[in-house]
Amino acid sequence: MSGSPVGSKSSVRARQASRRRMRVPAFWLFVGPFLAGLMAFTFVPIGWGFVLSFFRARATATPTQFVGLENYLVLLTSSAFQQALLTGVAFTIFIVPLSFAGALGLALMVHRLPVLSGASRSVFFLPAACSYVVGSLIWKMNIFNGLPFGLANSVLATFHIGPFAWVGTVNPPLYWVVLVTVRLWLQLGAFMIIFIAGLQEIPRPLYEAAAVDGARPGWQTFRHVTWPLLRNTSVAVALLLAIGAVQAFDEFYNIFAGLSTGAGQGTAGSFLVRPPMVYLFNVAFTDADLGRGAAGTFIVTAIVVLFVIVPARRLGFGREQRA
Amino acid sequence: MTHRRVSRGLRWLPRYVVLAVAATLFVVPFYIVVRGAGMTQAELLSPHFAWLPQDPRYVDNVEALLADSGAPVVRGLINSFVVAGITVAGSLAFASLAGYGLARVPSRWSGPVLYVVVLTLMIPAATSFLPLYVIVSYLGWVNSYQGLIVPALFSAFSVFLFRQFFLEFPREIEEAGIVDGLSHWGVFRHLVVPNSIGIYLSLGTLTFLASWNSFLWPLVVGTSSDMWTIQVVLSTFITAQIINLPSLFTGALVAILPVVVIFFILQRYLVEGFKRSGISGT
Repeated sequence: MSGSPVGSKSSVRARQASRRRMRVPAFWLFVGPFLAGLMAFTFVPIGWGFVLSFFRARATATPTQFVGLENYLVLLTSSAFQQALLTGVAFTIFIVPLSFAGALGLALMVHRLPVLSGASRSVFFLPAACSYVVGSLIWKMNIFNGLPFGLANSVLATFHIGPFAWVGTVNPPLYWVVLVTVRLWLQLGAFMIIFIAGLQEIPRPLYEAAAVDGARPGWQTFRHVTWPLLRNTSVAVALLLAIGAVQAFDEFYNIFAGLSTGAGQGTAGSFLVRPPMVYLFNVAFTDADLGRGAAGTFIVTAIVVLFVIVPARRLGFGREQRA
Repeated sequence: MTHRRVSRGLRWLPRYVVLAVAATLFVVPFYIVVRGAGMTQAELLSPHFAWLPQDPRYVDNVEALLADSGAPVVRGLINSFVVAGITVAGSLAFASLAGYGLARVPSRWSGPVLYVVVLTLMIPAATSFLPLYVIVSYLGWVNSYQGLIVPALFSAFSVFLFRQFFLEFPREIEEAGIVDGLSHWGVFRHLVVPNSIGIYLSLGTLTFLASWNSFLWPLVVGTSSDMWTIQVVLSTFITAQIINLPSLFTGALVAILPVVVIFFILQRYLVEGFKRSGISGT
């Protein structure tokens, strides 16, 4: 509470009382518009979607027939959905450690650079301004276009390797190179910035004390000073990376649209590689089955909560920072 | 003295070499776009990789792109500017009001409301997009600006960061206003907002980039081509059967240009925004 203005006791009390009368509406004046919007466009939809996931809702947004858990069971036993979940997990397992190490590495190198620190930050950060559509376009249409004169194949040709049909190659799955590198290019800079912010919060005297204690600069200092003190930032970065990876959509959609899965795939939409979000997009909009699509989003949500948010909270995410 | 400086410089040398290689790799994709936007289809399909266009055709390519009726690039840019502009203005207004209310207007409801905001932060985007489509189609907003804009106006993330910022806002300034007889609204309007331009620019830049670059929602809501944002237009280029490569790269250049300009003008605020978004998690 703020200190009360100078005045006689009764006038203070009167003013506090009048302020309290004013306060209740004032709070809702400030918070009300946002809260109403949040209810209408986040909580009501989620509630409706949850109801819809127990109904048949084909080509309609209103439930038609109660089917219980059918939507969930059909999805969980569908090999296409299992395949999509597996793709999502594999992508997360590839991209999280690579992005984490890359962003931390860049931050450690750029942070406290004597010359060109700002310029190198800008270079790595600039792709964060680009969209996944633009990244996919550059990767699919030029760098990894699979033609002998694409950039990657041209460079490899000088070493007498290749050429490879990157996106279309399933065995070995070279398309992972395309998917992983485009996301690295797009997101490393932003996470580098977050790591730099974390590094700047580590008090310099701690490094001086470590040096006095005989820790050599480099690995020893990193292991015993930087890493433990960067823990909160690291957990936050890992969490954000994992949530983003599980929900990947844009680059998969744009890179693989039009590339057929071949025969035997029941669901509409021909995608060579689909993460869960692209699969659900196909179910909801290509097959126009919103009930089943809604069930799928709650399965993906459960996976994110159980395997990403709960472990991150165990590691201390969201708790007050310990000094 | 110079000796020491030279040896200190040498210590940094390996780091600069690694950074130079990494920086080159990061710049290559931009170079690919700028290069492709100045070439002809024949040049781009030539089996010999050319580093630069022989005879730069930027003006011709832009003209050809704008004249192409199958790819509504101009309409896409206008739609993206309208959507991103209104989203930034609206979400900053709603979020700063709510953030200030939570930070500075005492109420027994501030605890529960803050809890709801933090809970919303934990909801993955994947959870809400399909249910949101159901609501938006129920409201008849598919294929409309309302459908593209309104669901993005209520950002729990921005509310949370505004609240964190206003908690640290100097109380003395506000108390001076209260002594002068200003209401909460007056204090906010005349004292808090003018002294908080930095946070507005930070979150505004972040919101603009997120809106300009978003793809899944515009793809779902904009079913007819006159409601496509620039990202959806570009996506149709990638997935088209017959691909006009110069138009493709010219389109990418046109889509990147506004964000690159904003990036360089407001980089300081954007960096600040990303820092806050990381710290908010710790």
